[in-house]
Amino acid sequence: MSATTDRHAGPGAVVVSVRDLSVVYETEQPVTAVKGATLDLHRGEILGLAGESGCGKTTLAYAVNRLHQPPARIASGSVTFHDRDGSDVDVLALADEELRRFRWAKLSMVFQGAMNALNPVRTIGAQLDDTLRAHDTSLDRRARRERCADVLTRVGVDPGRLRSYPHELSGGMRQRVMIAMAMLLEPQVMIMDEPTTALDVVVQRDILREIVRLRDELGFAVVFITHDLPLLLEISDRIAVMLRGEVVELDTAQNLYRNASHPYTRKLLGSFPSLHGERGGFVRTGPTDEEELR
Amino acid sequence: MNYLLRKLGFYAVAFWAALTLNFLIPRLLPGDPVDILLAKLSQRGATVTPETRKAYATLLGGDTGQPLIQQYWTYLTNIARGDLGTSISYFPAPVTEVIAASMPWTLVLVGIATVLAAVLGVVLGAIAGWRPGSWLDSLVPSTTLLAAVPYFWLSLVLVYVLARQLELFPSQGGYDVVLTPGWNLEFIRSAAYYGFLPALTIVVGSVGGWLLGMRNMMVSTLSEDYVLTARAKGLPARQVMRNYAARNAVLPSIAGFAIALGFVVSGSVVTEQVFSYPGIGSRLLGAVTNNDYALMQGVFLFITLAVLGANLVVDLLYGLIDPRTRARS
Amino acid sequence: MTNTQPLTEPVAERPPQARPATRPKAAWRLMLPTMTPWLATGLTLVAGIALFGLLAPLLVGDPDRIRDVGLTGPSGELWLGTTQTGQDVFAQLAFATRGSLQIGLIVGVLATVLSAFFGIYGAYLGGVADEAFSLLSNVFLVIPGLPLVIVISGFVPRESRGLWTIAVVLALTSWAASARVLRAQTLSVRNRDYVAAAKLSGERPWRVIAVEILPNLLPVLASQFVFAVIAAVLGEAGLSFLGLGASGSSTLGTMLFYAQNGFALPLGAWWWFAPPGLVIALFGTGLALINFSIDEIVDPKLKNARLHRRRTRLAAKGGAA
Repeated sequence: MSATTDRHAGPGAVVVSVRDLSVVYETEQPVTAVKGATLDLHRGEILGLAGESGCGKTTLAYAVNRLHQPPARIASGSVTFHDRDGSDVDVLALADEELRRFRWAKLSMVFQGAMNALNPVRTIGAQLDDTLRAHDTSLDRRARRERCADVLTRVGVDPGRLRSYPHELSGGMRQRVMIAMAMLLEPQVMIMDEPTTALDVVVQRDILREIVRLRDELGFAVVFITHDLPLLLEISDRIAVMLRGEVVELDTAQNLYRNASHPYTRKLLGSFPSLHGERGGFVRTGPTDEEELR
Repeated sequence: MNYLLRKLGFYAVAFWAALTLNFLIPRLLPGDPVDILLAKLSQRGATVTPETRKAYATLLGGDTGQPLIQQYWTYLTNIARGDLGTSISYFPAPVTEVIAASMPWTLVLVGIATVLAAVLGVVLGAIAGWRPGSWLDSLVPSTTLLAAVPYFWLSLVLVYVLARQLELFPSQGGYDVVLTPGWNLEFIRSAAYYGFLPALTIVVGSVGGWLLGMRNMMVSTLSEDYVLTARAKGLPARQVMRNYAARNAVLPSIAGFAIALGFVVSGSVVTEQVFSYPGIGSRLLGAVTNNDYALMQGVFLFITLAVLGANLVVDLLYGLIDPRTRARS
Repeated sequence: MTNTQPLTEPVAERPPQARPATRPKAAWRLMLPTMTPWLATGLTLVAGIALFGLLAPLLVGDPDRIRDVGLTGPSGELWLGTTQTGQDVFAQLAFATRGSLQIGLIVGVLATVLSAFFGIYGAYLGGVADEAFSLLSNVFLVIPGLPLVIVISGFVPRESRGLWTIAVVLALTSWAASARVLRAQTLSVRNRDYVAAAKLSGERPWRVIAVEILPNLLPVLASQFVFAVIAAVLGEAGLSFLGLGASGSSTLGTMLFYAQNGFALPLGAWWWFAPPGLVIALFGTGLALINFSIDEIVDPKLKNARLHRRRTRLAAKGGAA
């Protein structure tokens, strides 16, 4: 069992605590995708979750929300949600109906590749609307309509798009719609799995700014999953680095950048070429500067 | 709009192909249908004039006096006018009249049975696919048994068990012959009673195909990202199954409606034979036995037109349900 | 404390009854369906009936021999009784099964060859040829098959209705559905990168089709062949039942034709009309069950759904123990 605690426990209250969570894929050779993960998510912080493909970060995210499907199985551990109103929720023990109500209202997700995350045969408006209907029966149709339009405007999408179908929107717009949908019920936690990986850099920048701005406005915590460590360095408060199913480092972004303790973290940081400065640890073969000039 | 035009165009081409096939078949095969036909006509006591001969020759070929293209043109104009010739087995009724009399029976029988089978199959398939491994899902292979059963044999078995042994339903006919056909309640009830077994045959025989297709598609759809999103949103399970999974999974079933309808029509022709049901299938078979070529061709054309029409309707429906098709065209 | 030596291999979480390490399966073996109860049942049915059709005619008596016992039920000597002319129903069943299987196979092969040509080759060529072939398939698809066959058979005088004529007619009216499926599959394969790579590197077209495209189509092709055989057997049975089948042939359909004409049903002679249909149904079911398993190869999600559920169930049981 490996336990990792962050070096500088932040002052904020904890909204989600994961203790010793293990997830096993029951394939022909069972594979432990997440090994004894332990971390705390503080209220209102942006926690980056970094690592290469296959390190288990997505599995961890899905498991926290119990979205994992066979052959994945939670072998051990606990996930506790500390609600704003003071109660504690044992997520792994929730019954079906309680889980349904918990989902999205307390904790929402933005999935990788919004291209396919929207139902192709229904309008955007219908998909936003049924989320509201499923959770808050107090709103009437007009109030729901207003809410949907409002949330779209917040992410910078024209409310007229409520009547459009997903295939009529560009990739960037679809991702914004997904973010809007995740904000509909004003959750306390948003888990975002590679939300900008499939988009071009300009759109990526816009969306990242939106996320940070919305977080500042509404105060929800964000778990931002990506393999792009430099991106996390820019926007996260703290960063957790995963390697082969284990959380090997968890620290504030500043400390990680300046003084990473784990060798893997250092390797990861050094793998990204910098625009200026020395070549550093980025291994490159080929002619040296002098040879090229000759 | 583009989609609509393309579809209409296609079905127009298909109908033209059927017409041409109809024209060519008697001319390509051995034997001279016109002579046989005229012989039978005179047997029935009709006078055979050169005009009669010419009319039949146009319909069936054998008039080697005119070039093929000319015959083709006359044939097409006749069809356009609604002249399909005169039936010998129902002499002197024109073919169109025979078809008109028997058409409603088949339309109602096949129409209701197909819709019922499709709805039942799709709904059950959706439920089975939603919970793979459940008891309903394990019944799926047995529906393949039903799908492999020849319709007419199933009719025979049903007649044997339900009509003869248990005497619950009549084994022959479309309605009680003592009643006069008309739009009265007694007649309709009688028609429903007599139509039950043939309809049951069609439903039981075809539901398996719908079920299996839908189930497989559901299993496939359940691994799509939008279903995952729907679950993550905390939507009630039934809503996810219906609005997210089933709505998408049903699309190939609708797209494949043409194939399914083809099987149903084929099966119903034979089923009508077993039950002596007064539909268009029986007329076709009767025409074959009696060498009533005009009726045979007329019925074939009509069945084709009906099937094409049904497919056109379904294609348009598909265009409505799947918003992406409108964008693609 | 930060762990600087994390564990790297899966250890201790494996339940005690884990399987020992196995070599990865050879690639071609992955193309074969996994043995499930369904597949086993299907194979048994098909093999059983095929053997019956193949060997039984050599072992039973003369199906045409007329006795003067009239319509009799099953007995120790004549397992399925007699027809109204005293003929041995069981012997007839043996020969009829062989006849049906023969024609089913012939038509199945013919129809699959036709659909492969129009579906695969057309999709590979692309452009105008593809559009033309596709239009042809769709037109043949929507024109109802059995009525067309009936009309054609109706115009052919009885003497000329040989086995091959009927086989060709049946094949011509049933290839369209498969062609459409094969075309869709070929289109999706054709657009994949490895095909483009092969074409770019100058491989000849027939070689690209044979080496890059066909192996991926094999499961679908197999599945369509099975469908074609089922459809052929059913179609031929229907035709023969209506009296329009191949003259002089003896198939399960003709048996039912004679049963119907011999008033088997009104006379309650279930031993005459039930077995032939039952054989068709069981054969068709066997083929459909085999197709079930082939479906799992074509769409691995179906297989994964089944396997994953089973393994998770077992693991949960093992873990809870």
